[in-house]
Amino acid sequence: MSSRRLPKGGLIDRSRPIDFTFDGQKLSGFAGDTLASALLANGRRLVGRSFKYHRPRGILTAGSAEPNALVTVGTGGRREPNVRATMAELHEGMVAESQNRWPSLGFDLGAVNQLFSPFLAAGFYYKTFMWPAALWEKLYEPLIRRAAGLGKATYERDPDRFEKRWAHCDLLVIGAGPAGLMAALTAGRSGARVVLVDEQSLPGGSLLGERESLGDMEASDWARQVADELDTMPNVRLLPRTTAFGWYDSNVFAALERVQKHRAEIDEALPVERLWRIVAKRAVLASGAEERPLVFGGNDRPGVMIAGAMRTYLNRYAVAPGGKVAIFTNGDAGYRTARDLQAHGVEVAALIDSRPAVSGMSAATRTIPGGLVTRSFGGKSLKGVEILSNGKYERIGVDALAMSGGYTPIINLACQRGGRPIWNEGLQAFLAPETEGLAMAGSAAGVYGLADCLRDGIEKGKAALGELGIKPARFDPPKTTEEAGTGFKALWHVKESRSKAFVDFQNDVAVSDLGLAVREGYGHIEHAKRYTTTGMATDQGKLSNLNAIGIVAEARGKSPAEIGTTTFRPFYTPVSFGAIVGANREKHFQPVRKSPLHGWAEANGAVFVEAGQWYRSAWFPRDGENHWRQSADREAANVRANVGVCDVSTLGKIEIFGPDASEFLNRVYCNGFAKLPVGKARYGLMLREDGFIYDDGTTSRFAEDHYFMTTTTAQAAGVMTHLEFCAQVLWPDLDVRFASVSDQWAQMAIAGPKSRAVIAELVDRDISNDAFPFLAAADVVVLGTLPARLFRISFSGELAYELAVPARAGKRVADAVMEAGAKHGIMPYGTEALSVLRIEKGHVTHSEINGTVVPDDLGMGRMASQAKDYVGRAMLGREALTAEDRMQLVGLRPVGADRLIRAGSHLLERDASPSTGNDQGHVTSACYSPTLGHHIALALLKRGRARHGEEIRVWDGLRGEEFPVIVCETAFVDPENEKLHA
Amino acid sequence: MASLIPCPHCGMRPKEEFTIRGAVPDDRPAWGTPIDDPQWFSAVYLRTNPRGRLREHWYHGAGCGRWLIVERDNLSHAVYDVADARTRALAGDRT
Repeated sequence: MSSRRLPKGGLIDRSRPIDFTFDGQKLSGFAGDTLASALLANGRRLVGRSFKYHRPRGILTAGSAEPNALVTVGTGGRREPNVRATMAELHEGMVAESQNRWPSLGFDLGAVNQLFSPFLAAGFYYKTFMWPAALWEKLYEPLIRRAAGLGKATYERDPDRFEKRWAHCDLLVIGAGPAGLMAALTAGRSGARVVLVDEQSLPGGSLLGERESLGDMEASDWARQVADELDTMPNVRLLPRTTAFGWYDSNVFAALERVQKHRAEIDEALPVERLWRIVAKRAVLASGAEERPLVFGGNDRPGVMIAGAMRTYLNRYAVAPGGKVAIFTNGDAGYRTARDLQAHGVEVAALIDSRPAVSGMSAATRTIPGGLVTRSFGGKSLKGVEILSNGKYERIGVDALAMSGGYTPIINLACQRGGRPIWNEGLQAFLAPETEGLAMAGSAAGVYGLADCLRDGIEKGKAALGELGIKPARFDPPKTTEEAGTGFKALWHVKESRSKAFVDFQNDVAVSDLGLAVREGYGHIEHAKRYTTTGMATDQGKLSNLNAIGIVAEARGKSPAEIGTTTFRPFYTPVSFGAIVGANREKHFQPVRKSPLHGWAEANGAVFVEAGQWYRSAWFPRDGENHWRQSADREAANVRANVGVCDVSTLGKIEIFGPDASEFLNRVYCNGFAKLPVGKARYGLMLREDGFIYDDGTTSRFAEDHYFMTTTTAQAAGVMTHLEFCAQVLWPDLDVRFASVSDQWAQMAIAGPKSRAVIAELVDRDISNDAFPFLAAADVVVLGTLPARLFRISFSGELAYELAVPARAGKRVADAVMEAGAKHGIMPYGTEALSVLRIEKGHVTHSEINGTVVPDDLGMGRMASQAKDYVGRAMLGREALTAEDRMQLVGLRPVGADRLIRAGSHLLERDASPSTGNDQGHVTSACYSPTLGHHIALALLKRGRARHGEEIRVWDGLRGEEFPVIVCETAFVDPENEKLHA
Repeated sequence: MASLIPCPHCGMRPKEEFTIRGAVPDDRPAWGTPIDDPQWFSAVYLRTNPRGRLREHWYHGAGCGRWLIVERDNLSHAVYDVADARTRALAGDRT
């Protein structure tokens, strides 16, 4: 393959050659190249296969709209599919591969799809693979997915970092082309806080690809000089390689900065991509315009290129597009392209202008006014084109074709918040509507021509400053040379085309597909889009949408204004999941919360279980135990026989202060709290406004105006928010304040008949049954000096205490508890044994308090006071909440031989057939009871309390299990509560 | 929805710092209203769900920890007013 690199010129650094590979072939380029320009310089034209027909495709553009040249870049975890070769800056050692081809890019078996193209037309998904339905998931979808494809993502871990940042500014300027640079310079020199983002590696936008001079400088040098000045201003932040991809409410913009994607060596201290959220008081969108392709037969063949892109490859990258070039244009841009090609010594065979002779336009080559290109020739690379002129077909041999179909202002961002674009007949394009906070500038506003763009940038910058009350600095735009023309006359497609003419390159949508969509009743542009998939690929139809609108308009006999556009939505260009996720991955996905007793539990050999953000000690295996059940059974039995210690620090803890604290709690809980004496704890039930139980816990009174509330682990934050709502919104007249102290206290339960003996050794007060009875609560001192709180409360049903100590002293105290308990046979127990103990006792958790139960369902109906108002009371009396056949909490035990009862199993009457229609309730909690020697369960059963003694059946439809159980009391252990008071 | 919320205590903050409880009931009964008053039912269950302007209870959990009344437009996404709910309630705005 011959080198297409021109001997001189371009913004590349010829002193810095760069080696890279494409499909395993070693190639070389220069610093300043993109992958696309380097491939072209190496004579590589065929770079990909199309989505549906696997047609050979080359490089169509030189920018972010590229639909064809999608490649996979990188290796291992850094392998990134669907990279636009036109946006990938070349770096040393870059490994790139073509996609969607098998076995190779040159010989792709998938190209057989072209033979079937009559069956793969618009809507073929809905027509071809309809029957039998069962084959869709098994056969058709996998087949289609394999055949029609993009690159494949890696399964390996991405080794790189991503981050998110906020930025705030007076003026955000998007695009560092002539208009954007002028707007930013105006605002920067005026002292405004400016952020300027641009998706290219160099500032200048269109200037980088043209042969122009500004003032007395080359345009690219001028752009660099302006950018350098901006860069020195402390009030300006310049972000190259940054694409603004979304405009959100409150004038917040999202932009993706490719921090290190262009580097061979990744600096691990920096992210590879950074997602910016930019809060802008005002914004100027100077995003430029796309040059439209022309839609003619074989317009997708490698070697056919957008005219402006061809000039960019010539002028910026010093790459000749071919040896002999033709130009097909509907406007003045074609003449400029001819001039640039000839200036670089490239032969121009013909300039075909679809317009009749245009005055003032001439080229130093054969010019064919009123001409059309009707098809292209060549296999995987262009060899010639067929021209129709004056009714005669003529074939000329060329190896490259520039096409220019007029301009489409890039208004995407300005229409992402619901604004509808407005058709401009003179410009033959849609323009953005007027929007608050965002002004269009330069060619994005339909202002073409360099001098006009420069002036427009200054004007829009000044206007934004005016709205912000900032006095604009005065200066004039630089002088420009003679302008190239920018006029054109729309040509939506070449009707005389004699082969498939593509509208949407990336999704392989041809003119014929759009015609079919209109004929089949999908003529609304939103329908046509979805029926044909035009504009639905990763390029979102940047090049194709306007042509598609024009073609649909023509087919329906309407104007593009009547057809309108499809909806513009974020993202303007693809954004990696890494950038969206930012730092929130793996262990940073959510914070890990460790109890202050975590280290103590670890030292005692705990196995931890994740419970929300918490790591809770689940059981403490001992030698010879190889199943969690063995450990949990031993730990539970030891609590019943001796004494155990369990970490309960994860419970929510809230200090409540204020003269109205009593009244407040009395309103928040459904049971009475007003008369709770100082030094006492009480179990409380908290309802939601709709009457269902929200949470439970114990609350203790330490002083007239001071309470200490505990909540369940799961609802700790929710209860705090609820209390704040009640205090701030419902009862603002109550004088009460809260502080969450969940993390400040290490709290442990010491439970079992010998617990008193253990506690007595540690605290400074008399804790005999008379001095410190059931539900006592007091400030104590432990280990001689440490302030602590002691509660005589029990979740296990045993004589038990909870001891709360400052978090930092948790491990020291827990060790002391273990030491003091050694002679009493103390063992630590985890959440598994905790659960066994509470099920045996019939105590509830959120397995039972599942958002559908009221106090009476749990047998706590009498707790709900009749003598006071409380949150949820008004709804509690409603019909359905007092109905006779509500589910009620019961106990279950197996009949005959022991069986494992699974939580979640459903309940059936003894003789009912298993069906959801016969469902009588479900098992909420279940375990093996080491105390009873068989399995037990808690369940919610219809009219359950009246059914004690009844034989029913447990049905696990997932495992096909069904067996009889007896309904019984919820308290399997000590129903008379004698142990609690011992 | 607006991306930024002007908290009366913390200034302009991203909406991710807040949680939304829901629309402010039109006429929440005063505390002590008899429980058989049908107003309780409408305060708990009935919402007008307007198209356009509405008032909601927002909680600034990642900021001041205050309950706010946010008056906004669910069509245009404009935020008209953000006020401290307690201050409003004490001023006699019974919500």
